[in-house]
Amino acid sequence: MAELVSPSAAGPSYGKTQRRDTWWVEIIPVVVLLGGFGAYATLRAFEGRFYEWGPYLSPLYSPLIDPNHHWWPFSPALLILAGPLGFRVTCYYYRKAYYRAFFLDPPACAVSESRHSYRGETAFPFILQNVHRYFLYLAVLFLVFLWRDAIHAFFFDGSVGVGVGTLVLLGNVILLSIYTLSCHSLRHLSGGKLDCFSCAAFGGPRYKTWQWLSVLNQRHMLWAWASLLSVGFADLYVRLVSCGAIRDVRLH
Amino acid sequence: MAEAVLQIFRGDSKGGAAKECHVPLAPGMVVLDALHYVQAHQLPDLAVRWNCKAGKCGSCSAEVNGHPRLTCKTRMDALPLDKPITIFPMKSFPVIKDLVTDVSWNFRVNKKIPPFQPRAGAEWKFDQKDVDRVQEFRKCIECFLCQNVCHVLRDHGKKEEFGGPRFFVRVAGLEMHPMDGASRAALLRKELGIGLCNITKCCTEVCPEEIHITDNAIIPLKERVVDEFYDPLLMLVRKIRGAK
Repeated sequence: MAELVSPSAAGPSYGKTQRRDTWWVEIIPVVVLLGGFGAYATLRAFEGRFYEWGPYLSPLYSPLIDPNHHWWPFSPALLILAGPLGFRVTCYYYRKAYYRAFFLDPPACAVSESRHSYRGETAFPFILQNVHRYFLYLAVLFLVFLWRDAIHAFFFDGSVGVGVGTLVLLGNVILLSIYTLSCHSLRHLSGGKLDCFSCAAFGGPRYKTWQWLSVLNQRHMLWAWASLLSVGFADLYVRLVSCGAIRDVRLH
Repeated sequence: MAEAVLQIFRGDSKGGAAKECHVPLAPGMVVLDALHYVQAHQLPDLAVRWNCKAGKCGSCSAEVNGHPRLTCKTRMDALPLDKPITIFPMKSFPVIKDLVTDVSWNFRVNKKIPPFQPRAGAEWKFDQKDVDRVQEFRKCIECFLCQNVCHVLRDHGKKEEFGGPRFFVRVAGLEMHPMDGASRAALLRKELGIGLCNITKCCTEVCPEEIHITDNAIIPLKERVVDEFYDPLLMLVRKIRGAK
């Protein structure tokens, strides 16, 4: 007989599992990418310069409010970042990612935790995750500004043109739009909340919308990461061009 | 002939130990076949719950190398054979004997859920598109692997406050049914404790029927609870309209 065990009676102890695969590998990219983006975005938000060049405006600073510090003495990014940050923090996909990677709650499936005072999303602060749909409304508003910026990036000193930065900003806003459209709350509000599509007012169009959003929603994780990386890259590109580290190449 | 080494849990709720057994491998063999071989040749009193051996009855749930799985759907040739294969009972439920656990808690939770209640005066006619969603939930075979892997039950032991993914799937099937007239939002929030779920998707990962438990059942139900209890705009609209 091998070692004595009592599977159901054994109390939880952190990291205990019979899994033999490298379950901890799953959380490393999340810690690196999410932690790295968090650190980079924080530094950039406080930097307060190198956020625009020609027709390009960094997505971390859009919409640009009081850039000349008439009434706001700090970086303009600090005025707006709560919107996109709140949308991502309360996002159903990111919740899974950071609960696992940062709170280790659980670190992986069928891997033990040791916390005893678990309250999930029933108490402060995590009960605030329930306001995700309000951050969705804000995110849609931000998208309006970002689309305006992407279109503005086609105009160089009064003439229409295309630079690498134009494509970077356009790609970024497209990915952000897809990420927003794949949101679980939007899927619910668009039609998922209905019990009977054929009985409801505008049931047909709402069903079609819900179906399309459901297709996007199946890849919500992909859009979440792609759009996060594109925001970081777009900001980095504008910063490098703005500070003179690289030159923007005009394609047309 | 190639053989596999199994470490099978032997014991009951008071405790037990892993017993090592050697099983000759055969083409197409699944873990349940290996357990049957052990029963037939080495441990005739080994307790294993099973019925269909076709992934449809949901009886043979266990933890194979630490992964909650149906033993009848886990092929031996998909497992690494360089180390012994551990086969343990589901951790979240009390062991009766060996690999058989007492899952009766689930049936008690089930009784809390108000059954299908037809909408008053509704015409019994609906489109396929109205029941597509619900049909996914009907695939559930009640293997309780999702309940077993859910950390709210497994690690935090919240059996008194939490219903678990299986029953969110059942409630979703009722709530989204076009002919059902009852609201179970308050039940979800209080008795079934849906707020305790932090949507880490382990239930979806282990579901042998590949039901999208988190995306298609739990999150839509969380959104319905938000509609009812956490959205101030909707609450205001309901107040203006004079709805309950």
